[in-house]
Amino acid sequence: MRFDPLLADIRFGCGRSPMVPAPQDVGEIMAGLRGPDVIAQTYPIEPFEVFLVRMQEMKTVSRVRRQMRGKPEGDVARKQARVMNKEAREAQGTWLAAHLARRSFTGVPLRERLETFWGDHFTAVGKQGLIRRATSPYLQSAIRPNLMGPFEDLLIAAVTHPVMVHYLDQDSSVGPNSQQAKKKPGKFGLNENLAREILELHTLGVGGPYTQVDVRELAELLTGLSLNFNTGTQFRKPAAEPGAETVLGKSYGGDNPTLRDIHAVLRDLARHPVTARHVSGKLAVHFIADTPDPALVDAMAAAWQDSDGDLPTVYDAMLNHPAAWNPDVSNIKQPFDFISSAFRALAIPFENYGRLKEHQFRQRVQQPLALMGHIWQKPSGPDGLDEDDSTWISPQGVAARLQWSLAVPRLLMPDLPDPRVFVETALGPRATERVRFAAKAAESKADGIGLVLASPAFQRM
Amino acid sequence: MDRRGFLTRTLGLGCSLAASPLVTPVSFAAAPGEGRLIVIILRGAMDGLAAVSPYGDPAFAGLRGALPLGDKGYVDLDGFYAMHPALRPLMPLWSQGQLGFVHAVSTPYRDKRSHFDGQDLLEAGLPSLDGRGGRDGWLNRALTHIPGATAQTAYAVGSDALPILSGDAPISRWSPDVDLAMTPQAMLLAQRMMQDDPAMLDALNKAFALADSDGDAVAIQDGGQNMMQMMADDMRAARGAEPLERLAEFVGQQLREDARIASFSINGWDTHDQQERPLARALGRLSATILALRESLKGPAWKHTAVVAMTEFGRTARLNGSRGTDHGTGGAMVLAGGAIRGGRVISDWPGLTEADLYNRRDLMPTRDLRAHAGWLMRGLFGLNNGDIESSIFPDLDMGADPGLLL
Repeated sequence: MRFDPLLADIRFGCGRSPMVPAPQDVGEIMAGLRGPDVIAQTYPIEPFEVFLVRMQEMKTVSRVRRQMRGKPEGDVARKQARVMNKEAREAQGTWLAAHLARRSFTGVPLRERLETFWGDHFTAVGKQGLIRRATSPYLQSAIRPNLMGPFEDLLIAAVTHPVMVHYLDQDSSVGPNSQQAKKKPGKFGLNENLAREILELHTLGVGGPYTQVDVRELAELLTGLSLNFNTGTQFRKPAAEPGAETVLGKSYGGDNPTLRDIHAVLRDLARHPVTARHVSGKLAVHFIADTPDPALVDAMAAAWQDSDGDLPTVYDAMLNHPAAWNPDVSNIKQPFDFISSAFRALAIPFENYGRLKEHQFRQRVQQPLALMGHIWQKPSGPDGLDEDDSTWISPQGVAARLQWSLAVPRLLMPDLPDPRVFVETALGPRATERVRFAAKAAESKADGIGLVLASPAFQRM
Repeated sequence: MDRRGFLTRTLGLGCSLAASPLVTPVSFAAAPGEGRLIVIILRGAMDGLAAVSPYGDPAFAGLRGALPLGDKGYVDLDGFYAMHPALRPLMPLWSQGQLGFVHAVSTPYRDKRSHFDGQDLLEAGLPSLDGRGGRDGWLNRALTHIPGATAQTAYAVGSDALPILSGDAPISRWSPDVDLAMTPQAMLLAQRMMQDDPAMLDALNKAFALADSDGDAVAIQDGGQNMMQMMADDMRAARGAEPLERLAEFVGQQLREDARIASFSINGWDTHDQQERPLARALGRLSATILALRESLKGPAWKHTAVVAMTEFGRTARLNGSRGTDHGTGGAMVLAGGAIRGGRVISDWPGLTEADLYNRRDLMPTRDLRAHAGWLMRGLFGLNNGDIESSIFPDLDMGADPGLLL
């Protein structure tokens, strides 16, 4: 089991492309990740700092709308709010198109896969109002710049990000002995949501060595962490619980709570050997198989501990382990991997979908994704998408993939390639006799392309 | 030429392959009992006070204005409650005792009034979200207590994730929106190709069977034109009310056979602004869906069916400044079906004076709606109170039997 350019494209990339050659060794993959992020400049996505301006404007308009209810100014504000909501919703669609284009044409496809993986590991989404549209800006600003540094930087960027703070209710958590709580007794209290998910999902994992007391102490330590529409993340001292908190036997903070105490506990959690194992295991499950070779996870966890969680070192350990190249195991592509790899294999020009009317794009991409089981940027919980192959190989999932494959490429690309050629482009040496036969025997080009895309060889990675 | 002959000839395939029919029905295990439960999640928070208005409460008119009763207005139910005009098509059910309401109920969720958390709690069936113990849904936990339940006993229908049915017990998911339509040749080629992967082949065969039985056949003769037309039709239909009726038809089809539980959701209840029209539309969809379920389950199956529609919370007792309502607390639940002892509005009515309201703004919930769901499951599936109060709805006190079933 050794490096294989085909697997590099399929398992650690965004699928085969007729335009971008496969990498020839692990060094090339790692060099790409270390190089400049060219594709993000070609297909930009609004950074969260810019999205914040939308939120500030909306706040102003909503205030007018509330105060002037029933008056002409109120009506104007109501209409303005509607327009702003619509613009943000449309922008969310264009960012999806940008994600697709990045995956279609990038020479560093592993960067896109890593952004998706970490974005899912740190699932965060707005719950109401405009911030519901902020997921791609969150990925762009908190996740993407931290893919190649120490895990602790990524952890801090993600869990202190306004979208996460809002999603897991940290902004409503108030220390029981804080100034704020003392001012209005009985009105404020602790919310453990973010603290629990940090331990359970983001770092140690659900089987990790923590107790309810650790959750509570961490929650107390996190008080004060909040968000602000002008500055983004904000530390509100009046809400912070005074005094030291003990998490996993170590004391943090004191009588003068600051954001630094929160960073300190996150750094320790990031370097914890149990975190190393839990998160390495998740990476291996995501990229290689539902049940990865334990030796592979061992090697990654060891690299994590030796490097204090330096992510490139961990990726390198994964890519250099023979089990990473085992051709006999596989994962089923998640719906977005599936659709985006079809875009890449067909090299559908960006202008064919980048400027579609919102409802057309929705019909061709978001609605089919939802039918496949992935509601775009509306996760059902902070644990993100299911990794279990059996979740995706359901009758509904397989049917939705087949129907999309047969019906949508022809709408996005009037001049589809010859299916007999496409079967080689998309699958190369993976094409089985049955798929080749289907591509040849189909009654139309569109059916032939659709069958190749729906084939097990294309749906597995 | 019959279809099989056509396939054999066009593909030049041997008899053994062509002899396997394209669509084999899904094989179902014997169903557990006759009781059937359909849970409809009304996402967005239905305004219970507008759906079933307590116009007999002296404080009602002060909050909502005088209620227009009569042929074009609200439908009087019992001199105290009247139902929204958009529910009028359900009147025959009410008269037959197959429609009822439960009023002034809620989940244990309080105060933050977030749709997101409210729906999470409604579907998790937990007393609170603190700790977020499990990430499974109560209907899934219920399945684990139903002897003989299989993956075909419960269906999550539609493209909604429906956390209410997520969990360890295997269930089936299908969305009639997945409208498989392809030429018989593409079907056969797809099946042949999937032989490379037994798990995918199995899913595909089930999909063909389900899609073939959900209203229109999978096989169409002319791939290109027909498929485009069908996609266009589907998309047009997706914007109207039709998909819900199709969904109801599919649910009925499954429950007529061996499935016993189904859940799906209806959106569009978050009526903050000028709520009259959007609310009428949403209630109209609910009403059409219930009628479609009855039509599809007509006969003995309907006699054993209970439909319950529940929402994450109610809305403010008063109208807001833009003739809508904001997020509230207590709300209403809709019950329908041949198994229901209907024709009544069940409530421990709290009153509507300012002092009666929750936080002086919302209808006061007087009972946990999980109790009603628990009693329904006890009656329909023979579950015992111990399991309901510990495993399915932790920390619930089921209290007295509200007698929801015949």
